[in-house]
Amino acid sequence: MDLRFTDEEIAFRQEVRDFIAKELPAETRERMVAGRSPTKQQVVDWQRKLNARGWAAPEWPKEAGGPGWTLAQRYIFREELQQAPAPSPLGFNINMCGPVIIEFGTEEQKRKYLPRMLNLDDWWCQGFSEPGAGSDLAGLKTRAVREGDHYVVNGQKTWTTLAQHADWIFLLVRTDPAAKKQEGISFLLCDMKTPGITVRPIITIEGGHEVNEVFFDDVKIPAENLVGEENRGWDCAKFLLGNERFGQARVGASRERIRRLKVIAQESMDGGRPLMEDPDFRRKVTEIEVELKALEMTVMRVIATESKRKDKKPDPATSVLKIKGTEIQQMCSELLMKAAGPYAWADGDPDEEDGSNEVDVAPDWAFGLAGVYFNWRKQSIYGGSNEIQRNIMAKAFLGL
Amino acid sequence: MDFDLTEEQRLLQDSVARLLGNKYGFEQRKGYMKSADGWSREVWSQYAELGLLGLPFGEDEGGFGGGPVETLIVAEQIGRYITLEPWMSTVVIGGGFLRHGASQELRNELVPQVASGEMLLAFAQVERQSRYDLFDVATTAKKDGDGWVINGRKGYVVHGDSADRLIVTARTAGDRRERKGIGVFLVDAKGPGVERRGYRTVDGQRAAEVELSGARAVAVLGNPEDGLPLVDQVVDECIAALAGEAVGAMQAVHDMTIDYMKTRQQFGRPIGSFQALQHRAADMLVALEQSRSMSYFAAMSAAERNPVERRKAMAAVKVQIGRSARFVGQQSVQLHGGIAMTIEYAAGHYFKRLTVNDAMFGDADHYVRDLSETGGLVAAA
Repeated sequence: MDLRFTDEEIAFRQEVRDFIAKELPAETRERMVAGRSPTKQQVVDWQRKLNARGWAAPEWPKEAGGPGWTLAQRYIFREELQQAPAPSPLGFNINMCGPVIIEFGTEEQKRKYLPRMLNLDDWWCQGFSEPGAGSDLAGLKTRAVREGDHYVVNGQKTWTTLAQHADWIFLLVRTDPAAKKQEGISFLLCDMKTPGITVRPIITIEGGHEVNEVFFDDVKIPAENLVGEENRGWDCAKFLLGNERFGQARVGASRERIRRLKVIAQESMDGGRPLMEDPDFRRKVTEIEVELKALEMTVMRVIATESKRKDKKPDPATSVLKIKGTEIQQMCSELLMKAAGPYAWADGDPDEEDGSNEVDVAPDWAFGLAGVYFNWRKQSIYGGSNEIQRNIMAKAFLGL
Repeated sequence: MDFDLTEEQRLLQDSVARLLGNKYGFEQRKGYMKSADGWSREVWSQYAELGLLGLPFGEDEGGFGGGPVETLIVAEQIGRYITLEPWMSTVVIGGGFLRHGASQELRNELVPQVASGEMLLAFAQVERQSRYDLFDVATTAKKDGDGWVINGRKGYVVHGDSADRLIVTARTAGDRRERKGIGVFLVDAKGPGVERRGYRTVDGQRAAEVELSGARAVAVLGNPEDGLPLVDQVVDECIAALAGEAVGAMQAVHDMTIDYMKTRQQFGRPIGSFQALQHRAADMLVALEQSRSMSYFAAMSAAERNPVERRKAMAAVKVQIGRSARFVGQQSVQLHGGIAMTIEYAAGHYFKRLTVNDAMFGDADHYVRDLSETGGLVAAA
């Protein structure tokens, strides 16, 4: 048992750190330090810099355009990006659709889509959830009917994150309504410019436009855009959802938030002294730091065991990652908002590219912190709600 | 990074598990508890045979040459069976003081006796007013010729009643709560000026109240003017072992609870089919796995050379493990229902040990305060 990183891994971390220090635009970093999402252009520019370095897809195999890293390197890379903070490679391209195409796609599909995904020439979005299919994803109803060399798609997707930026959408559709619900589903790729697609914004509680409804009205999708076999799309979906074992832990991101929290709590006064000197507040921060340390060690365990394992059965520790990772991030966002005190309350969407309502009423560090808090309540809902995670644990690991 | 055990470590784990599997059934444990010592001399001699009593000592001294990972391995098994023998007191704490504080001469004398099981040690540290502060010491040590004479009263001396030697913290200079001026002394537990009153603790272990009136130290451990760093180091090593013990106990009681949920029938089906209970069990598993991770962090940090960083790491360990031990312990009883309220059922005994484990050398609340006052784990930026 050796719980340290190797010298090579430590050197690799430094290499990543140096790259970020040199290449990350200050504006992108500052925007993210302030707790806002990077703009579309900032994400695209950064992804292209990563791609130029060969680092656009940490988890992809070399032959698909990945760097061929070990699990430990992937973890270090992502942790450094999160801590910087810098944008992560676009998840829809790199962690969702890309791996599905690599695993299930034809050579033609790989040639056509993967290089453009890496360079973010195409921005992808995910068409999974529907109004009637949330936690029970397999209950989806969007219908695809084969007509000649096309599928004709009718239905509605929802919670489609950043569909307003997207060039392409990957979606689950029902191709066999008579089959058992998991068995009649297919995985399709669709150009967002195809006639019959309507994107309608959903404004979330903090006022931001992040998610959308996407309507399909007699949308003709070429049959060659089917990934894998018809009616076997659930295999792709399961693969996609189970693919990212430690992505949701986001240890680096939480560490960056705690650093930020300590700065803000030093500036923010409470009872005539910096809030950080208030024992009650300080203890709340400490409680999160301890949870985060345990989570970090759990991530290490998952990496260490996954890299040796032949079968694909997840470690019980993996279930901890989503639940704890999101709880910690939510606690961070709550304490950041509390630290800002009354200055947290100026309303406005922190993610708006024009910085709406960013009038000079509050110190820079306070703007938008309440918005992030409200927005981050999503974390325990998406990606399989934390209750669904508990169901999985009870069945898969405890045999209940 | 590698969390796998080496072949030797696996053998160690297997041999302890096999021994305790044979010797520590719940009924057997009850028998040991009722015996005169409150634990089993037979099991103790088998510990000696397996090398568990010489575990942390160098092979050149007749020890096993184990480090923090080996300690973790044994501690976890001990937790799994909530054993009663004075292994923590004698080997982890006593062994720690011998390794870090004893002269070569003293080591030559005591290490073989400890390793063979003849010499039992206990740590006399707690005082009425000290609660969890290791530096709060009212007991005094006064120079007398070339020796030291000790006066004071120590409480909750774990396994103090069966110990042959006591390791006593006493003040050689300064005020009661000063960090400097604390010495660590080895005292003959059966010698003049030592009065012990043994008693059973809620977790089935033994402890003693110890009155020291003019007791002469048989040896000094470390620097008598500035022994607190030594105490901190040994206690930190013990915290790492306690973390392993807690994980073993949590695992055992969690397994027991899941088994019960699968067999206990109510409303015509196993209670494990109810989602409210499933989610509670899942949360217990989260707490257990986070604790296991933290016990590895503890083992990794036990050898940390910077004492400030080591103390911080162990504070974090105490917070995480303490919170989890409380949750898993309480919920194990809750999910079992009435049966776990009976003294005839094992779950409650695990719950009690986990409760005491949390409090040893300071509970989670104590260490949250400590850690928050020293800047936490993450630097501001």
